[in-house]
Amino acid sequence: MCLAIPAQITEILENNMAKARVGESDTYLTSSTMLLPEPPTVGQYVIVHAGFCLHTLSEEEAQESLKMFRDIAAVLETENQGCTVKPL
Amino acid sequence: MTARSNPLAAFSDPHLCAPLLQRLERALEGKELRFMEVCGTHTVAIFQSGLRSLLPACVTHLSGPGCPVCVTHDAEVATFLELAQQKNVIIATFGDLLRVPGPDGTSLKHAQAAGAHIEIVYSPLDSLRLAQANPQSLVVFLGIGFETTAPTVAATILTAQQQGIKNFCVLSFHKLVPPALQVLLQDVECNIDAFLLPGHVSTILGLEPYAFLAQQYHVPGVVAGFEPADILLALCLMAEQRREGKPAVVNAYRRAVADTGNARAREIMDAVFAPADALWRGLGCIEQSGLVIRPELADFDAMRRLDLHLPATTKVTGCRCGDVLKGRIMPNACPLFGKRCTPAQPVGPCMVSTEGSCAAYYKYNLE
Ligand code: SF4
Repeated sequence: MCLAIPAQITEILENNMAKARVGESDTYLTSSTMLLPEPPTVGQYVIVHAGFCLHTLSEEEAQESLKMFRDIAAVLETENQGCTVKPL
Repeated sequence: MTARSNPLAAFSDPHLCAPLLQRLERALEGKELRFMEVCGTHTVAIFQSGLRSLLPACVTHLSGPGCPVCVTHDAEVATFLELAQQKNVIIATFGDLLRVPGPDGTSLKHAQAAGAHIEIVYSPLDSLRLAQANPQSLVVFLGIGFETTAPTVAATILTAQQQGIKNFCVLSFHKLVPPALQVLLQDVECNIDAFLLPGHVSTILGLEPYAFLAQQYHVPGVVAGFEPADILLALCLMAEQRREGKPAVVNAYRRAVADTGNARAREIMDAVFAPADALWRGLGCIEQSGLVIRPELADFDAMRRLDLHLPATTKVTGCRCGDVLKGRIMPNACPLFGKRCTPAQPVGPCMVSTEGSCAAYYKYNLE
C-alpha cells in the first residue's frame, strides 16, 4: 500500500484534479493535485500515491543524476584502464 | 499529451549498476555493512530486482518497520474488527488490511463474510463518494500508513468538511517514521550500521526530521529511489561516509525528493492531525509516533464519534514479527515461517502484505 508511482500529466481537470498516464501504458489515473505546492502543467511528471499527486518530478534533477551515474561509470573505466590488476 | 520521452526510464538501465557495485566493493573495505530499509517499496524493489544476490557478501539487508500493514498493532486490528460489528457502518479500507488476523485469529475478511459492509478503496477520496452514495450509513475510512499517506487522508477530511459530507469519518492509526528509527537505534541488539531512508515518506518530510541519525547516533541515512542503481548508489554513499568517518543524512533521490520536502502537504497534515503516542507491532508504544485527529475536527474522528477504545490484547501466537521488524532475526529464522505461516495462511502481518518482509522472503527464497 505504500506504492507511489510516477505518471505524466495529460489533462488538468476541475476541482484540483488531473489526469495522468502511467509510463507508456494505457493506464490513466485521475488524482487530486491539492497536496502539490504549485499546480502542475500538462507534460510534467508527478508522483501519485493513493489518488493524490505528492510531488512534481524535477526533470533537471533527473538529468543531473543520470549524468552523475554515467560519470561514475566513466571514472571507473578510466581508472581500470590504468590499473595493472583488473577487477573481476 | 506531449511527445517528450520519459526521462525516468533511463534509471532502470542495468548498465548503471556494474560500476556502482565496483565502487561499493572499494568503499566497504571488506567490512560488514548492515543496512536497514524502512519502506515496503524498497523491500519489494530489492527482492524483485534480484539486487540481493548481487550485493557483496559483507552487506546485510534488513527490512525494518516500513510496511504500514506490518506495524499495525493487534489492538488496532481488534478495533477494526469491533467497528465491523457496528450497524449502519461501511468500512472503507486499502485492500492490504483485509487479511490481517486480529488477536482472535479472525480478520476483516471473516467479518465481511459474516455480513459486515467493507469496501476496498484505492484512495481515501473514494470513501467520500461512498458516503455520498450511501447517505443512511456512516463511512469509516481505516487510516493506516506513514507520512506519505497521512496527508492524503488529511486532504480528504478537509474536502469532506468543505463539501459538508457528514456521514464520513476516519479511524486514524497513522504512524511516523522518524520516532521508530530512534527506538531502533536505542535498542543495542538491533545493530544497524546505516538506514536506507524511504523515498516517498521523504518526499513529504525532506531531510531535516532524520538529522538526528547522524548527529546523535553517528549513523548514515541516505534517501534513495527504487531502481537498483538508486539503491546501489545509496549503499556506496553509506559505506563512503563510514570510511571517511563522516556520517550524514543525504538525499540521493533528488528527482523525486526536495531537501525541504513538501511543505504544503505537511501543512495540510498538521491542520488535521496532532502527534500522539502510538502502538507499533513489535516495537510497543512509541512516544509521539502516531497521528490523531485534532479536537476541532472531532466529527471526523471515528474514535470519538463511535466511542471506540483500543482493547488490551494478550496474543500469544509465536509470531516473531517484532524481532523481524527490528532486524534481530531474518524472517526464515521464525519457527512458523513457511510451515504454519504462509501467504495463503498468514499468522502474522509481515506475511500478509506483499510489502511485508516475511512475504517477500517467502516469495523470493522459497518459490
Ligand atoms: S513468518 Fe509469520 S509468524 Fe513468523 S514472524 Fe513472519 S509473519 Fe510472524
